[in-house]
Amino acid sequence: MTTSGRTNYAFEAEGLTKRFGKTQALAGIDLAATTGTVLGVLGPNGAGKTTAVRILATLLRADAGTARVGGFDVVKDAEQVRRTIGLTGQYASVDEDLTGIQNLVMIGQLLDLSPRDARARAKDLLAWFDLSDAAGRPAKTYSGGMRRRLDLAASLVGRPAVIFLDEPTTGLDPAKREDMWDVIRNLVDDGATVLLTTQYLEEADALADEISVIDHGRVIAHDTPYGLKRIVGGQRLSVRPTDPAHLDTLGRLLAEMTGEAPEADGRDRLTVKVDNDDILPVAVSRLHAAGIRVDELSLHLPSLDEVFFTLTGARTDSSKEDAA
Amino acid sequence: MSATLTVEPTAVTPTPTAPGSARRHTLRHAFVLAKRSLIKTWRTPEQLIDVTVQPIIFLLLFVYVFGGAFASGSRHEYLEYLLPGLLGQGIAMGSVALGQNLNADIEKGVFDRFRSLPIARSAPLVGAVFADFFRYLILCVMFVGFGYVIGFRIGTNPVAMLAAIAISIAFALCFCWISVFIGMKARSSGAVQGIMFLLVLPLSFGSSTFVPVGTMPGWLQAFAKVNPISQLVGVVRGLMVDGPVASHLLWTGVWMAGLLVVFVPLAMRAYRRRV
Repeated sequence: MTTSGRTNYAFEAEGLTKRFGKTQALAGIDLAATTGTVLGVLGPNGAGKTTAVRILATLLRADAGTARVGGFDVVKDAEQVRRTIGLTGQYASVDEDLTGIQNLVMIGQLLDLSPRDARARAKDLLAWFDLSDAAGRPAKTYSGGMRRRLDLAASLVGRPAVIFLDEPTTGLDPAKREDMWDVIRNLVDDGATVLLTTQYLEEADALADEISVIDHGRVIAHDTPYGLKRIVGGQRLSVRPTDPAHLDTLGRLLAEMTGEAPEADGRDRLTVKVDNDDILPVAVSRLHAAGIRVDELSLHLPSLDEVFFTLTGARTDSSKEDAA
Repeated sequence: MSATLTVEPTAVTPTPTAPGSARRHTLRHAFVLAKRSLIKTWRTPEQLIDVTVQPIIFLLLFVYVFGGAFASGSRHEYLEYLLPGLLGQGIAMGSVALGQNLNADIEKGVFDRFRSLPIARSAPLVGAVFADFFRYLILCVMFVGFGYVIGFRIGTNPVAMLAAIAISIAFALCFCWISVFIGMKARSSGAVQGIMFLLVLPLSFGSSTFVPVGTMPGWLQAFAKVNPISQLVGVVRGLMVDGPVASHLLWTGVWMAGLLVVFVPLAMRAYRRRV
């Protein structure tokens, strides 16, 4: 599809600011994605992710700055923007008293499909999202994962070219999360452009072509997943000894193996940056040789908190409560 | 999940629509959204208590508890007087739920969905008002029907009675925009009820609903005479029992137009501003 004359961005926001009373939700944020790509917007609760999505989706007006979707200005051409987008909110925005199929048929009819076409489209989507069996049940009887799928289905009724997914997997168990990832990959394969907000680097890494890390309403880093991982360091090795008395020995051992200083997380667990996953077998044999039994030994991408610590030298606000 | 679905990008060519056709679209969208409200009511029929059981209980209480004391002791005479009045009160009270439901709805995500669709901003509110039509229809039919069971008889003719019901419903569809407005403004659905009752109780009791206005002190008479509920009740009484209609009908029409002119834009503005 053609977007604005000047760029091939499916959406672009420049210098968006938004203040709610005393809270500066957005402090001049730039976001953009080229057609057919996924932009991951990574940030903790309260960073401004949802506010940015709501402005791009024409639900909210920015105090300053501009935003265009599919080449259309979100304020001046809001109607055209609404014809272009699909929105899946953080909180499933389906009508709980309506059945799955009633929800989708209603959206179809609001998008000017004939009753017959709306019904056919609803059935296709329900089948695609594994909801055919539950089609006749009120959405309030659905599980969390089913509700998210119905919500996503509802935002796809109009075959949108640009899809905003605001934390689509928050609260889903890991298996359901991976199902959702497959769905998102399929959408992109079919040519859609996706803005995905998330609190998980792992999710942004799995799906996004580019990632904008935001904090306090500003973009503090923008890069490809590969580039971002180079900045924040790739994987982390976490080890929790069965006997906390071994923590000191373990710390020395990990420092020797990696050349990095391990960090304690206050739960008798040490985490250290590693260059690659070759370290895992080495770590296993060294621990065994030293007679240190472990309850946990894992290799993982940095958590959001670790990303923030590396980028800003400060913990995320939410980590103070979670002590993650 | 199979990946058989193609999400071909929608053509985003602007579809210029004439103002008339845009209005037709809005009307159709409003009917789709009215259907949504009706499905919800169908699933939880107890939402209809305020337009079915409640007015009937009021009728029984007032006729059998107070009826002997009012209207020189004739319960039947009081029933003839009271039933058109209580229909007016029932309409005012029946409108409260609309604002409450909209207020509760708007806090949920589904209104965000509506706002992200290319439909008129007014469609969800107009749709909810359309759905309320059926509540008022149920109110009129059940209430007058029950009145018949306990001895109410029209003093005019069936056509006049149908006209009275039609005017009552039309009035209701104008009056309920107050409730829509309060529903957009109030911070909780409980608050909507509280605010609406502050309005509905003085309007329905300070009127010719229960007793003739002439028995009230002068200052209250002034209020009761301009009160839109008194005017509506005057029309219904005239068309169902007997009495003058023309002047009441004129003032009812003026009130209906006034309510729409003031509260539709206010409600729309409050809806747009509500984040």
